[in-house]
Amino acid sequence: MLRFLLTRLTSLVLSLVVASAVIFAVIEVLPGDPAAVMLGVNAQEDTLAALREELGLTEAPVMRYFHWVTGLLQGDFGVSYSYRIPVAEMISDRLQVSLPLALFALVLTVVIAIPVGIWAASRRGSAVDLGVMGVTQLGVAVPNFWFAMLMVLVFAVNLRWFSAGGFAGWDEGILPALKSLTLPAIALALPQASILARVMRSALLDTLGEDFVRTARAKGLTRRQALWRHAFRNALIPVLTIIGLQFSFLLAGGIIIENVFYLPGLGRLIFQAISARDLVVVESVVMLLVFAVIVVNFLVEVAYALIDPRLRSAR
Amino acid sequence: MSLLEIQNLSLSIGTYEILHRVSLSVAPGEILGVIGESGSGKSMTAFATMQLLPEGARCEGRIALDGQEMLELPEAQLCALRGSAVGMVFQEPMTALNPLQTIGDQVAETIRIHQKTSRRQALLLAQEALERVELPADRFPLSRYPHELSGGQRQRVVIAMAIALRPKLLIADEPTTALDVTTQAQILALLTRLVREDGMGLLMISHDLAVVADMADRIAIMQNGRVVEEGPARTLFHTMQHPYSKALLAASAHAPVMTPQEEGAPLLEVRDVHRRYPMARKTLFGPRQEFHAVKGVSLTLKAGESLGLVGESGCGKSTLTRAILGLEQVQGGEIRLGGQPVFTGDKPNPAVRRRMQVVFQDPYGSFNPRHRVGRLVTEPFHLSENPPTGAAREAAIAEALEAVGLKASDKSKYIHEFSGGQRQRIAIARALITKPELILLDEAVSALDVQVRAQILDLLADLSGRFGLSYLFISHDLSVVRSITDRVLVMQAGEIVEEGPTEQVLERPTHPYTKKLVAAAPRLPEGVL
Repeated sequence: MLRFLLTRLTSLVLSLVVASAVIFAVIEVLPGDPAAVMLGVNAQEDTLAALREELGLTEAPVMRYFHWVTGLLQGDFGVSYSYRIPVAEMISDRLQVSLPLALFALVLTVVIAIPVGIWAASRRGSAVDLGVMGVTQLGVAVPNFWFAMLMVLVFAVNLRWFSAGGFAGWDEGILPALKSLTLPAIALALPQASILARVMRSALLDTLGEDFVRTARAKGLTRRQALWRHAFRNALIPVLTIIGLQFSFLLAGGIIIENVFYLPGLGRLIFQAISARDLVVVESVVMLLVFAVIVVNFLVEVAYALIDPRLRSAR
Repeated sequence: MSLLEIQNLSLSIGTYEILHRVSLSVAPGEILGVIGESGSGKSMTAFATMQLLPEGARCEGRIALDGQEMLELPEAQLCALRGSAVGMVFQEPMTALNPLQTIGDQVAETIRIHQKTSRRQALLLAQEALERVELPADRFPLSRYPHELSGGQRQRVVIAMAIALRPKLLIADEPTTALDVTTQAQILALLTRLVREDGMGLLMISHDLAVVADMADRIAIMQNGRVVEEGPARTLFHTMQHPYSKALLAASAHAPVMTPQEEGAPLLEVRDVHRRYPMARKTLFGPRQEFHAVKGVSLTLKAGESLGLVGESGCGKSTLTRAILGLEQVQGGEIRLGGQPVFTGDKPNPAVRRRMQVVFQDPYGSFNPRHRVGRLVTEPFHLSENPPTGAAREAAIAEALEAVGLKASDKSKYIHEFSGGQRQRIAIARALITKPELILLDEAVSALDVQVRAQILDLLADLSGRFGLSYLFISHDLSVVRSITDRVLVMQAGEIVEEGPTEQVLERPTHPYTKKLVAAAPRLPEGVL
């Protein structure tokens, strides 16, 4: 297991090095002159020169990459060109919304999808199963911004249980903050839970058909015991894969939902930064998202190995 | 009073009747062998006894296990009986165990589900059960996972789970079909020993007459969901009346008539061939270990000859087959067909490759289900420089299909419309279409029922005479090799350990490994034919 962790950690670090080099190359080196990109075609030559100086573009690309990476490691992401404040500050403000929102939505997804998927699989072909398949089909098909607006109309405008948008902030306490994230989290979780429930159902149906489940029944286990003790854990591998992908998506993919609910999250930040051609911010947020994806993948692989002894000894 | 009493059991799923008034009985300490081809209902009889039937199955009749009426018990009581009063062993040891749990936990589960014991106590009992199936704890600790064991060892774990609570009845459904001959002999001896020790009844299901003939006290023969013949094992072979039983026995011992051919010049020459595979690294940056699968094998096959290559799984025979076919490059030695190398430089030589073809074991997995037979059969034409087109191509398809006993019109059908035996005929037609000189038969009849196997062997014998074919027959089954080959090579751990005329090698083996193989092969009693 230790060797497995070491191998995976090595590959995590290597992935980060490669990803950072690619991001740096695409954003800072390939366009030619980032200063020209940021200021647009009508920029004056002296403002361009001043920006180049400010961004440190006079150095060789290799040195710039080196400074950028050492800065990242120390938490120095540079200064936003359009807002004139440190990018690290902006990102940490936005993460206070996006990270809890993504986790909230993910918890909802898992808590809804896993039991529903198991329920449907254990009653294959019954009315329950057909109902679950129908509802999840709808959940995947309904656009989540439309569903979000519907919820705003019902729960904020008519019933007045929640506010229609905005974020209460963590200073007021945990509950008001969580309350303002509830509708967005539900809107984000609906399609994800539908997908995950279907994956859980089909993975469990696959393992329920395996020979070892029949062996378990021949030992005297009831259908239910065979499902929980033998089929369930074997069905978790595909489910974990999907959960990992979903978390990465939820972290930055909530841009439309953030707009519907006026939430100051990462998705809106990167959207604004791209519109304002604020390359320093774009670069940092992209790097942060890549970091999150790679770390989540690492955690998913560790979880695989905890579940499946064959993966612990292999490679 | 008998232990298991099945009376007039009929079973149907929907409107399809699978079992028809089956009656069988097993006495304590008795071994009942149930024999039949696939689809005869023998496995369904076992699952009906366990009451582990697919949904929608309906039973009529009576199944009494130790006085309990199985068809009338509620599910909770059936669960209490399964695993404690009756244990079951399955065909596929590779998939019968949960890959995520240790063998100790899986055996202990049988105990804990039926008795109120602590985990520690259950594990002690599990260790005892594993020792009874000859998996001693010092070499096979309870903390082992299934993937760390071989097929035979896994089957022992399944047996340990089934016998842990000393059930009165054990049901074994083709327990050795997926295993090598020597492993099969060990497992059969183990089952017989356990039956004698515990006075257990054993319902032993097999498609192989010889396997059951060796160990059963009584034998029942099933066909199309009915028991057509039953009697004491010692006399049944002499007294059997039913035409199906007789046909089955004849097919088991069938020897096709090979037209003797004039042996010509060497056709296939394999000289000192080595094949190594890199293995997974043991340490992070350490050197890669190598697995030496084929260690300096040499063999010669003369034109018109039928050569057998025998060995157990993992001996390197499949690796050697792939090397001969030019599918993989070898690391040492050379392979020539008709004097020309299979590999020129680093590229396989198509001019050589189209002179040989292959037929694989699995008639279900070796065809693309989305193509029609006409297209499947012409696949080897991609090796030709100018394959026939138009009418010539149609004629070639018709000729190949008719040669294997199918109709030319079958070319527009899909593969799922054919039975296993017919599919294997199509595989042979596919091999024939380029008019090769050599056909490699890689376990080509191993997955077939005995009667179908006999027909395919006859077909192969006929084709070799008509088209002057040579065969390299790769198999773990000595009886098949005996019936169709002139000469045989015995392979062990990547090396040829014995070679000679088939009759001589199998009757008077000299190498200890060959002796072991021959001794382990189940045989029908002398003089039954």
